[in-house]
Amino acid sequence: MHLLIIDSFYIWEKLILVVFIVTLCMLVAMYATYGERKVAAFLQDRIGPNRAGPFGIFQPLADGGKLFFKEEIIPLASSRTLFVIGPMLAMTTALLTSAVIPWGPALHIKNRNVPFQIADINIGILYIFGVVSLGVYGIMIGGWASNNKFSLLAAIRGASQMISYELAMGLALIALLMLTGSLQMSDIVDHQVHGRWGGFLSWHIVRQPLGFLIFFICALAECNRTPFDLAEAENELNFGYHQEYSSMKLGFYLFAEYINMFISGVVMSTLFLGGYDIPFVNEASWHIDPNWLAVIGFCVLLAKAFFFVFVFMWIRWTVPRFRYDQLMNLGWKKLIPLALLNMIVTAVVVLWMRK
Amino acid sequence: MQLTQRAKQVDRRPMNGWEKSYLPAILKGMGITISHFFKKKATIQYPEQKRTFSKVFRGVQILNRDEEGRERCTACGLCAVACPAEAITMEAAERQPGEEHLYREEKYAAKYEINMLRCIFCGYCEEACPKDAIYLSQTFAQANYDRKGFIYKKEDLLIPNPKEDPEAYRRAVGERPVK
Amino acid sequence: MNVTQILFWFLSVLALFSALMVVTSKNPVHSVLWLIVTFFAISGHYILLNAQFLAIVNVIVYAGAIMVLFLFVIMLMNLNKSTEPKKNKWLTLAGGVAGGCLLLVLVAALKNSEIKQQVAQVKEGDIGLIKNLGNELFSTYVVPFEISSILFLSAMVGAVVIGKKE
Repeated sequence: MHLLIIDSFYIWEKLILVVFIVTLCMLVAMYATYGERKVAAFLQDRIGPNRAGPFGIFQPLADGGKLFFKEEIIPLASSRTLFVIGPMLAMTTALLTSAVIPWGPALHIKNRNVPFQIADINIGILYIFGVVSLGVYGIMIGGWASNNKFSLLAAIRGASQMISYELAMGLALIALLMLTGSLQMSDIVDHQVHGRWGGFLSWHIVRQPLGFLIFFICALAECNRTPFDLAEAENELNFGYHQEYSSMKLGFYLFAEYINMFISGVVMSTLFLGGYDIPFVNEASWHIDPNWLAVIGFCVLLAKAFFFVFVFMWIRWTVPRFRYDQLMNLGWKKLIPLALLNMIVTAVVVLWMRK
Repeated sequence: MQLTQRAKQVDRRPMNGWEKSYLPAILKGMGITISHFFKKKATIQYPEQKRTFSKVFRGVQILNRDEEGRERCTACGLCAVACPAEAITMEAAERQPGEEHLYREEKYAAKYEINMLRCIFCGYCEEACPKDAIYLSQTFAQANYDRKGFIYKKEDLLIPNPKEDPEAYRRAVGERPVK
Repeated sequence: MNVTQILFWFLSVLALFSALMVVTSKNPVHSVLWLIVTFFAISGHYILLNAQFLAIVNVIVYAGAIMVLFLFVIMLMNLNKSTEPKKNKWLTLAGGVAGGCLLLVLVAALKNSEIKQQVAQVKEGDIGLIKNLGNELFSTYVVPFEISSILFLSAMVGAVVIGKKE
């Protein structure tokens, strides 16, 4: 029985990469909670958590410990299995997206080219869309299984919001795909790194500013972040879909939100900000070890992603929440026509340039 | 008529297309919030750092003693009458021979209670007292596990004896000049 | 048995089992959730045939959008045992017969088709990749493609007309 045709090196390489990236996501999500509290505090003329360790950097550990040791309550009237599956789904879908992202230039280990990406599939972007559209289930199942009217309402709000904004997001991306001519994430990054115009001018944000804006707004909505956090509107629906959750199940929902935020930051940097491309320099002329180049590229990507995470937080503490009808009007009547227009204009320009 | 200089005229002109996208307004708001990011923080690290009170701060009451350590209160009941929240109750007793070192007047308060859940810290008791026996100190934010604990007895209210424990007495008096 | 075969059998069993659960579950919400599992198993089959685009579109459109709308409606209807209508025995029988007939027709059609002689291209076929699929759709099948898109457009217009109250 020849079960594994692929060599063991390949398996190990991918396994290590998966473990590394999942750990990274968890760690970033942990410190995103800390970052959120600090950013919120600074924007409100406060200092924020500063008791646990220097500058309060052990605060996430304390929060996590608290969540782990809290009493776990499963409401009697809930449907038990689904109640447990809900947070699991939310977490899984949040982590799954990281699989197709090129985290940096390829590494060279023992004369082998090891791509810094878990799976470079043909349909990279569509994969992200598929996983994001499944993120709805974590919310919906959790909200319904709680057997609570507020949770159900929040779940339904969240689901309809996510479906509506996915459309505009997809349409905004189509324009971008017309430029690159490929759905593969590594191709899209290559297209920006080795662009004709050089430097950061070949980043897609320069050629698709409107597309980027639409994508950014939709990413906010997909992450359930504040102007669009109707799913957990704490002052109307007392915490929305995770109202009945306690202990680490609640923690999973909160964690998943921060992982989503980080991943969407990474996706936006990859699609629009050139991924791991370092602006203003030609790193190929440095003649250093490609492994170091990969590490630097990875750090640059992280920096871009953290910038987006910061902007998300910044927006959260500036803009008040939308009303439900405003949300739907913005999604269906503003963003989708805009995205369509953007798509048509891009198509015309692309065809005209080709002639 | 303008009451303050800060009043701002509201612009009620219809918005133009660019303004209707709300992007300029949002960007302006974000500019305001980010400017606060770099501003001086208002936080005071409470248990280590404390804000200084004004000299006339009205905190929890103390019952005063004179220089020889005798209680000044004569249980006249004027504070209880003045109290708008009806938080003060007392019972008077006559000073027996041999107790002159404990009580200054011939009549004293055998029982003196202030219900701190009712007290509004208005300071009328302090003003009503003819004997300078009750003062509002600079202690505040008292905590307890049950409601009964908030009815302060005479032992809780009395200032430390200046003869037996001058250090604690000085601390209880604080910056306030004692008459 | 290699990995592909193991995956094939696993996905087939999963698809059949979850499809059965869709029919037999008492709770309609559970039925919908099992149906989503079925779609996933079918997407897995598409991936085994190297039809990545079809697989992911199946997930996005069916599992991600249509099933969410199903769930939506069912969750809001608050279906309990007490509201379940009494089923007519004859109706059940008629349904069984109709379903059986459909199965018979499908089996018969597949039996006489040419597909029987062909072995499914596992892992190597590339017609399911997005480039080839796009070329095929917009050259050979461009007329049916456009006609179906007009059909969708008319459905959309109809929905807007119904949704727009005076």
